[in-house]
Amino acid sequence: MNQHTPRVGLFVTCLVDLMRPGIGFASVKLLEDAGCRVEVPEAQTCCGQPAWNSGDRADTAALARQTIEAFEGFDYVVGPSGSCISQLRKYPQLFADAPEWLARAEKLATRSHELTSFLVDVLGREDVQARFEQPVCYHDSCSGLRELGVKAQPRALLASVTGTALREMPESEVCCGFGGTFCVKYPEISTRMAGDKCASIRASGAPVVLGGDLGCLMNIAGRLRRLGEPVRVYHVAEVLADMADGPAIGEEER
Amino acid sequence: MQSQAHRFKPRAVEALHNETLQQALAKAKGGFIDKRAAAIQEIPDFESLRQRGETIKEHTLAHLDVYLEQFEAQLLRQGGQVHWAEDARDATRVIADICREADAKRILKAKTMAGEEVGLNEALEEAGFEIVETDLGEYIIQLAHEPPSHIIAPAVHKTREEITRLFDRVHHGLEEVRLREVPDLVDEARQVLREKFLSAEVGISGANLLVAETGSVTVVTNEGNADLSMTQPRVHIVIAGIEKLVPTLEDAGTLLRLLGRSATGQAMTAYTSLVTGDRREEDPDGPVEYHVVLLDNGRSRMLAGKYRDMLRCIRCGACMNHCPVYGSIGGHAYGWVYPGPMGAVLTPQFVGLDEAYDLPHACTLNGRCKSVCPVRIPLPDMLRSLRDDQFEARITPARTRWALKLWGWVARRPRLYHLGARLASRLLANLGRGSIQHLPGAGGWTRGRDFPLPQGETFQQAWKRQKEHRGER
Ligand code: SF4
Repeated sequence: MNQHTPRVGLFVTCLVDLMRPGIGFASVKLLEDAGCRVEVPEAQTCCGQPAWNSGDRADTAALARQTIEAFEGFDYVVGPSGSCISQLRKYPQLFADAPEWLARAEKLATRSHELTSFLVDVLGREDVQARFEQPVCYHDSCSGLRELGVKAQPRALLASVTGTALREMPESEVCCGFGGTFCVKYPEISTRMAGDKCASIRASGAPVVLGGDLGCLMNIAGRLRRLGEPVRVYHVAEVLADMADGPAIGEEER
Repeated sequence: MQSQAHRFKPRAVEALHNETLQQALAKAKGGFIDKRAAAIQEIPDFESLRQRGETIKEHTLAHLDVYLEQFEAQLLRQGGQVHWAEDARDATRVIADICREADAKRILKAKTMAGEEVGLNEALEEAGFEIVETDLGEYIIQLAHEPPSHIIAPAVHKTREEITRLFDRVHHGLEEVRLREVPDLVDEARQVLREKFLSAEVGISGANLLVAETGSVTVVTNEGNADLSMTQPRVHIVIAGIEKLVPTLEDAGTLLRLLGRSATGQAMTAYTSLVTGDRREEDPDGPVEYHVVLLDNGRSRMLAGKYRDMLRCIRCGACMNHCPVYGSIGGHAYGWVYPGPMGAVLTPQFVGLDEAYDLPHACTLNGRCKSVCPVRIPLPDMLRSLRDDQFEARITPARTRWALKLWGWVARRPRLYHLGARLASRLLANLGRGSIQHLPGAGGWTRGRDFPLPQGETFQQAWKRQKEHRGER
């Protein structure tokens, strides 16, 4: 490999690591196909978001330092989650009083990218070699959408997938009710919001819903199954990497 | 107003099961959102207007003392009187005194959030006055003995049927429902209220803006009701928070354009009144006595702290209109004067971090409120920061704090963490295939959703295996 090959550290996210490794492999494939060298540092665990969003700054800072160290030296840090990547981008807010860490946090923040936006905005890729035979709709997860501006990128990439068509759902930008710990702290409100999201998905008429954040997708898939709806749920990376032939999220092997 | 914010959880669940409320919320939702979207499309550069709105408010807050003095001096010159109220008790006492001095029996009131904040209605009723709400929505909830559930549309949570029943009972002493059309209901309220309007001695209103350079007070309504309470009675009293100030009339114009479009999607609210002092000789109407009560009630403390940005708020309600949590449960669950995202930030300032514990948490941090706020208040950041404060003050429940500590401790030991992840994913995968309906210990999740099970091997584990297999790197 020549020296212009970007060295990418994959931030795999704890949910993908634990629940659906396939998304991690899809990310690796997409990045490698785009000419990157991908490594997965073993020292990564959690981006610190649960602590950060619960007001526990000390633990957030400790996890931030660990993540910074694990990913120092890469040209880029890329992850299949707008939510975790925007957490990485917030690290500088934690080190206002520690100039050395602040500088390192800022470096990490500027090199961190959500997967589809990295492919499109940084690498300039607009197409992937993939085939998917059903129409899809796309849920815009909040952090990716509003904090990182991820909206056009997954759609641009999807447009290059053979065999599929995007059917926009109404209110694709409305929160699905996941919200990290919100979904267990306020289960009734969260379930209502997930139900509204399912109604939007149904209104699109697409038999498949895609998204860029596993947390939201598990929430949506969980509610769809409880309602007995046959809509299938995949992470967008799985479709883009042509790796969506297995069971969808929450679906039994068939 | 007495806070019920500590009862957020049960009240939210109640709201979710309240069929009528749910119908009303579903009906109201799209309207506000679509109208705002259309209204901001109409002007070429809404973003720069927002920027200007933010700058104006920021500048005013930075020099609030100067502008308050200027406002007071101007108002005095225009024949008005200024009263400074430190807190709710001050405000209600001053106002009751003015009413007593005016020998009032009946008081006309236009909608005022500051008035709600200090519990004005209760205080005045206790002092023996009759209060007549001139805003239709306020009138309806006054009949129902409820607080407002939305700052722009106080009775947005009520259906036509409920209102008909209310009117039947109060206006006609009837119990059965004769469902009527909205215009008929409005007409009926107008008939009943008109008589009362003519005989009131004092009028009270809030203010949307206070203009320092002229000493003017701006009030906007869609029913013209504030004008009524300002012109008809002999005495008029305005109650407003000190943060309502803007330096110039032109600034007021900018904020009014933002307000109308953000609130109801109107270029300008239907009635925009600019009142400067009491009645002059050549004036055909207007009060002979004019008072402005400037309410602090914790605002100067906010000004010095990290929630200062919240004082930019112009009470347009866009944040709640776009909030999916508000959209699910309505305003009453928030338990105090201000509902939705703005309330989740404001209420803890006024009633305490402890009393309002849930409000900053009952938010997914989805950021939609921030993206529509006309003065660009970073609402989610403020909510998160409130969580920091609660954690530091040890108000966060011990169980949550310990769970976070434990998670942090494990997550800082990657080897241990990965071992744990491997065990957990295998354990979960052994529970079944696909997803399950009951996950022990995860009742919060599985109450309304199935739990998708993991595939059985962690990514790190599989990656390591594959790497060895590929024999590279
Ligand atoms: S916080 Fe912003 S959006 Fe919400 S009411 Fe205030 S000005 Fe309007």
